[in-house]
Amino acid sequence: MTEHGDLDHVSGRTTTGHEWDGIKELNTPLPRWWLITFYLTILWSVGYWIVYPAWPLVWSHTTGIWNYSTRAEVAAELANLEKIRGDKMVALGNASLEEIEKNPALLALARARGKTVFGDNCAPCHGSGGAGAKGYPNLNDDEWLWGGSLDQIMQTIQFGARSGHPKTHESAMLAFGKEGVLKKDQIVTVANYVRSLSGLPTAAGYDQAAGAKIFAENCTSCHGDNGKGNQELGAPDLTDKIWLYGSDEATLVETISNGRAGVMPAWVGRLDPSTIKALTVYVHSLGGGK
Amino acid sequence: MNKPVSQTDLQLDDDAPLYAAQKKVYPQSVSGTFRRTKWGLMAFCLGVYYLLPFVRWNRGLGAPDQAVLVDLPNSRFYFFFIELWPQEVYYFTGLLIVAALTLFLMNAVGGRVWCGYLCPQTVWTDLFYAVERLIEGDRRERMRKDAAKGTMKLERFAEILLKQSIWLMIAWWTGGAWVLYFNDAPTLVKQLITFQAPVIAYIWIGILTATTYLLAGFMREQVCVYMCPWPRIQAALTDEWALNVTYKYDRGETRTSLKKANELRALGQGVGDCIDCYQCVAVCPTGIDIRNGPQLDCIQCGLCIDACDTVMTKIGRETRLIGYDNDINIHRRQEGKPPIYRIIRPRTVTYAALIAAVGAVMLYALLTRSLLDINVLHDRNPVAVKLADGSIRNAYTVRLLNKRGFDRVIAIDIDGPVNATLHVVGADSVTQDRPMIILARDTTTELRMLVTAPAESNHAKSVPVNFRVTDIGLGEVASATDHFVSP
Repeated sequence: MTEHGDLDHVSGRTTTGHEWDGIKELNTPLPRWWLITFYLTILWSVGYWIVYPAWPLVWSHTTGIWNYSTRAEVAAELANLEKIRGDKMVALGNASLEEIEKNPALLALARARGKTVFGDNCAPCHGSGGAGAKGYPNLNDDEWLWGGSLDQIMQTIQFGARSGHPKTHESAMLAFGKEGVLKKDQIVTVANYVRSLSGLPTAAGYDQAAGAKIFAENCTSCHGDNGKGNQELGAPDLTDKIWLYGSDEATLVETISNGRAGVMPAWVGRLDPSTIKALTVYVHSLGGGK
Repeated sequence: MNKPVSQTDLQLDDDAPLYAAQKKVYPQSVSGTFRRTKWGLMAFCLGVYYLLPFVRWNRGLGAPDQAVLVDLPNSRFYFFFIELWPQEVYYFTGLLIVAALTLFLMNAVGGRVWCGYLCPQTVWTDLFYAVERLIEGDRRERMRKDAAKGTMKLERFAEILLKQSIWLMIAWWTGGAWVLYFNDAPTLVKQLITFQAPVIAYIWIGILTATTYLLAGFMREQVCVYMCPWPRIQAALTDEWALNVTYKYDRGETRTSLKKANELRALGQGVGDCIDCYQCVAVCPTGIDIRNGPQLDCIQCGLCIDACDTVMTKIGRETRLIGYDNDINIHRRQEGKPPIYRIIRPRTVTYAALIAAVGAVMLYALLTRSLLDINVLHDRNPVAVKLADGSIRNAYTVRLLNKRGFDRVIAIDIDGPVNATLHVVGADSVTQDRPMIILARDTTTELRMLVTAPAESNHAKSVPVNFRVTDIGLGEVASATDHFVSP
């Protein structure tokens, strides 16, 4: 600090003694109010430590004299949101499913609410847009195992499929191979017959008459005489282009040998009635509703 | 600020203070051209600010009739015939660009015209000074009264109380006028008086009252010197042709007292016009000496010009010893050449052209702005769905915007893959062949649309699909193109 106090002859002021490339920094004191403001901000921060949670301790932290927490604030805001939504959700609960679809305001609310609930509860299996996956039905198409009307969709959401709920959809495809009902070559034959039902090519040397016979004896009780399926039993339509588990020969052999019984949980009791209604309308409007 | 200091004034040791106390400025009253201009502009600016919320503008039934309104709850901005939606916020960007360019142009032509005459800090500080002068008297009186601090009488206390009360009232009304831009003004005034207004209105009035009172009453020139970035930016934007408030030292120096000047002139000796009367310093609202040349603290309000002109007239010398001038002319006069002023030059022409161009683009965008709009978002999960009969369906979330002040019926058509059909969720129950819906006024409506193409037309992986909405009554059409995808 030996140079401290050099005089800058142009401005007539002292310098701080700091120099860069021959340019010296003028010693310009801060305005007093500026400095006071700075000290006040320091005091203010001390106030913060006292009022709000601030300092980390070994196992916990200081809680502050207001017991403020962002978590509590979020909870309060969510509660408030529920209160604001209350009336609208009541209106949703009172309207019938058909009325909701015909009323633009209720439809918009149901779709918005339904989309959120779908994302939270249904997306893990059915995908965020209801696209489904192997074994999990695509909710955007027009094939419905248990029916695609508003009431049928609501029924399925409420009680699920093979969920264990007393009112659930109950059925299972018999494991024809494992139970010894059909032999391996019979299964391959009937698998090819099923492929022919929906216009898919069949393996070389496959006997159509034998396939039809095996099908008539074993499958028609659930899938119908011409393979059109039965929604009462959740038996898929085998003549269309939509395959839940896949339509290649190997998959069909696997399906016929070991059976299929996908499970969907029941949502009644987990979601409130008006939310289930919103979800129903949302799923119906995804595109595949009947 | 940068007045040369003699060697003895300096503290050349480490005892230099950590802070500098504010030196109070006591601007003296003055009259003249620039003072009158400032009064006029002050009246205009304040008039606009305080009265604009009360101007009405008929926009039809159900729409707000306030000419200038920032409707935050409904996300709308109204400015006379203009109504802006949140997604049109880029008009404000354009407005900011025009404002910045205008500032540059003003700066290139007449220096810190903004600082001296139009800046809110200047306008309100000037108003506060006027109140102070009216109650406490002019410069000398105020200095005397402030110096006699220890012996404050009741009369002086009443004076201060009165001044502060009026300041607070102005500040309060400044905050009050601010909130009126955010709600229907007459209604809000009634609510404010009866304490029925929303809490947020009182909070904002409080904030603006505090800032106005503090900035215009106490911070004053400190805002310009320490807080405002403009003086720093301005220094980089100015050039040698810009007309700045300038002390013409070629004419003023050597300065000396009037008596001495007269003596020297009688002897035929050269002497400057400046008689060192310090009037230019006394009237300066930032407390500087303009004779030290251009400086950061100078807001170029021109009051020193008025003060100097008064003195020059009195002593029978030519006016405008201090005036709007540039450095070029000082040198030209010294060389015996006539001064030149060049307002039209590349810089100013460029700024003016840019302002005109941006303005024209904004005007064009505003006039051709669509009042019916459509946005299409393709479903991503799944992108395409195969239906039972093998046909392919794509789903879209379509948002329709009706920016008109009335409900309207619109029909929806598509041009997409061959024989493709459109299904609008919620609209098909009424009109199967050509979906129609009612768009509520001044709102957006979100619809789910399903486009299905029969199996045989699945030619390409991706086919453009054009969604077209037609206002049945007005014939207005809006359309948006997306793609129809086959798996």
